Amino acid sequence: MFTILENRMLVPNLHMMRVMAPDVAQGVLPGQFAIFRPEEDGERIPLTVADWDMAEGSITVVYMNVGRSTAKLATLQKGDVVPTVVGPLGNPMEIGQFGTVMCVGGCYGIGSIYPIARALKEAGNTVITVIEGRSSFLLYWQEKLKTVSDRLLYMTRDGTQGKKGHIGSLPEIVRTLPMRVDRVILNGCNYMMMRGAQETLPLKIKTIVTLNTIMIDGTGMCGVCRVTVDSETRFACVHGPHFDGHKVNWAELTQRRKAYLPEEVIPLRSTRPL
Amino acid sequence: MENAVRKTLDLNRRPMPKQAVEVRIHNFDEVALGYTAEMAMEEANRCIQCKKPGCVEKCPVEIDIPGFIKAIAEGDFQRGVQILKSKNSLPSVCGRVCPQEEQCEGGCALLKKAGQIAIGRLERFLGDWEAAQSERMMPEIAPSTGKKVAIVGGGPAGLTVAGDLVKLGHEVVIFEALHKIGGVLVYGIPEFRLPKRIVEHEVEYLRSLGVKMVADYVVGKTRAVDSLLEEYDAVFVGTGAGLPWFSEMPGNNLNGVYSANEYLTRFNLMKGYRFPLVPTPVKEHIRVAVIGGGNVAMDCARTALRMGAETTVLYRRSREEMPARLEEIENAEEEGVHFRYLTLPTRCIGDEYGWVKALECIRMELGEPDASGRRSPIPIKGSEFILPFDAVIHAIGNSPNPLIPQTTSGLEIGKRGNIVADPATGKTSKPRVWAGGDVVTGAATVILAMGAGRKAARSIHEYLMNPSDW
Repeated sequence: MFTILENRMLVPNLHMMRVMAPDVAQGVLPGQFAIFRPEEDGERIPLTVADWDMAEGSITVVYMNVGRSTAKLATLQKGDVVPTVVGPLGNPMEIGQFGTVMCVGGCYGIGSIYPIARALKEAGNTVITVIEGRSSFLLYWQEKLKTVSDRLLYMTRDGTQGKKGHIGSLPEIVRTLPMRVDRVILNGCNYMMMRGAQETLPLKIKTIVTLNTIMIDGTGMCGVCRVTVDSETRFACVHGPHFDGHKVNWAELTQRRKAYLPEEVIPLRSTRPL
Repeated sequence: MENAVRKTLDLNRRPMPKQAVEVRIHNFDEVALGYTAEMAMEEANRCIQCKKPGCVEKCPVEIDIPGFIKAIAEGDFQRGVQILKSKNSLPSVCGRVCPQEEQCEGGCALLKKAGQIAIGRLERFLGDWEAAQSERMMPEIAPSTGKKVAIVGGGPAGLTVAGDLVKLGHEVVIFEALHKIGGVLVYGIPEFRLPKRIVEHEVEYLRSLGVKMVADYVVGKTRAVDSLLEEYDAVFVGTGAGLPWFSEMPGNNLNGVYSANEYLTRFNLMKGYRFPLVPTPVKEHIRVAVIGGGNVAMDCARTALRMGAETTVLYRRSREEMPARLEEIENAEEEGVHFRYLTLPTRCIGDEYGWVKALECIRMELGEPDASGRRSPIPIKGSEFILPFDAVIHAIGNSPNPLIPQTTSGLEIGKRGNIVADPATGKTSKPRVWAGGDVVTGAATVILAMGAGRKAARSIHEYLMNPSDW
């Protein structure tokens, strides 16, 4: 079934899992996700596919240990089985010849931006990859990202690597570049993507974001992932998850994402082992 | 017709024991407990064995109803099972969820005299009796034909096609998007109306006949129908009505507003009713509104009630026009679900944290009959009022899921996003592709989906035996 080949912490609280899912690996395209169900009778959570190996039949995801389901996922070890890995779901990221594309990743988005950068590079774009975090020890996959980027830049809140700043400093990075940026792609938490999109709006750079919503089936059946984009209700699972960041109703998205915040950790308040 | 049935319901019929109201509102165990053998025989004895049985005429799968009732009356349950299962592979399910009052029982000769025979309860009795036997009678399986059939969607339609074709010697594989086989029987219909062990039992039975099942596989995403056709001789699409409607009003994206699909899936398939013992997060709501008047609305309301919420069903017409089965309406009423008829929600009102806190509604009055024959509701100007709710569930219907229509070449799609298929055969516009159930008709019933599955299975078999003849 969905046997784990590798599951380890990359940097504090961020984990990567390589799991056998040949059917997903066979057809996945950059920007698509899979739904994971870490345990029987548990939640189904969407995770963007950050890499895959068609020959091996495996996919790789990067996830943050933040609630009961991801905590459970993090306890699984090589040889264990994930009850559900289903996909690839959602639309792939639009890959075209845009010119210069800035791929910005933060948190788990550093992982998920990788296949997007790779595809854009292969399509002939100039790829500037920017990864950001609170501190240098929270950044990962630098070597991987270097191979698919024309330039790899860093941004840390404490200035321990690259530019001192956060996603709000994106315009300063854009201004230091010798060329015009034709498109920005933001992958990270919703706050990071919202702030990034706010910054690129006055710069008039088309900005694509990959939304994180709550999902159940991932096929359009439940509608819990609905978001308002350009004043219209869309389902992130089947219409997205990639949208124009300048048109997303971020306040609503942020509220909806928080709907189960307490309940996601209540089951952790137990002495039972995960 | 329908009203006539309702007025005479239960007259002289052997009632079925139920869990006491004050007990069942605190648990998710099945409400109706089923007939004992004595009760079943007593009820079966009332059947007058019509020469031209009206019940059979009104059965979508043409079960020999007087035949199995006679067997029960004689105490020969094994024979009863045989008769039943020659036409219906899921009797325990249909006995519980079929709208018998509109079908078999509506055609019963005793309808206006002594109270129609409780055909559904007898069907359920036989299904459950068989399940309780240590050994299950295995049907004859024809020698292998070497033909392969892919079935997309593991709901009632797909399961029926699978059961029929595997017995005819074809190799059958079911692909299911969710993690459990059963479709609406496992994600939608709650435990207290259809215990999941019953569905599991039926699915296991199909497995034992040789049906292969692949869960966690989204045809249209994981693999396209076009690609399945390279490996399989025929494909049946039974993907159901999986795109929820929300009534058109502002505020639907507030937290606490659900589609019935989400609400029921969270509580049923993902066992949310046991939170936090199981990790599926669910909210504790205080006042829940359910919009709609069908069986799904009743399921949502009775689920919410069991989770401890004061629950109100809002329906824009009157009780007479409610499409839910009378039995379900009565169960909901008994359990303490409130009903507000002639009420149309017009706006969800949110609090400062983005959660719904109230519904603005408008009162309706009934005008002339519309296309459905029911009197159409008309808003009364200036009658708006506000009701406090911290959760709102939309149970007003679904469209066919668009994944297959969007990803399959040459498939004719109807106006409502449904797959167009010949009602007699299930054949679509695309060679070697059949479809049936809600994806063709829009949201309907389990038994109609099974009926469509049966017809498609027949047509698929004919084609497989004589492939030149599409």
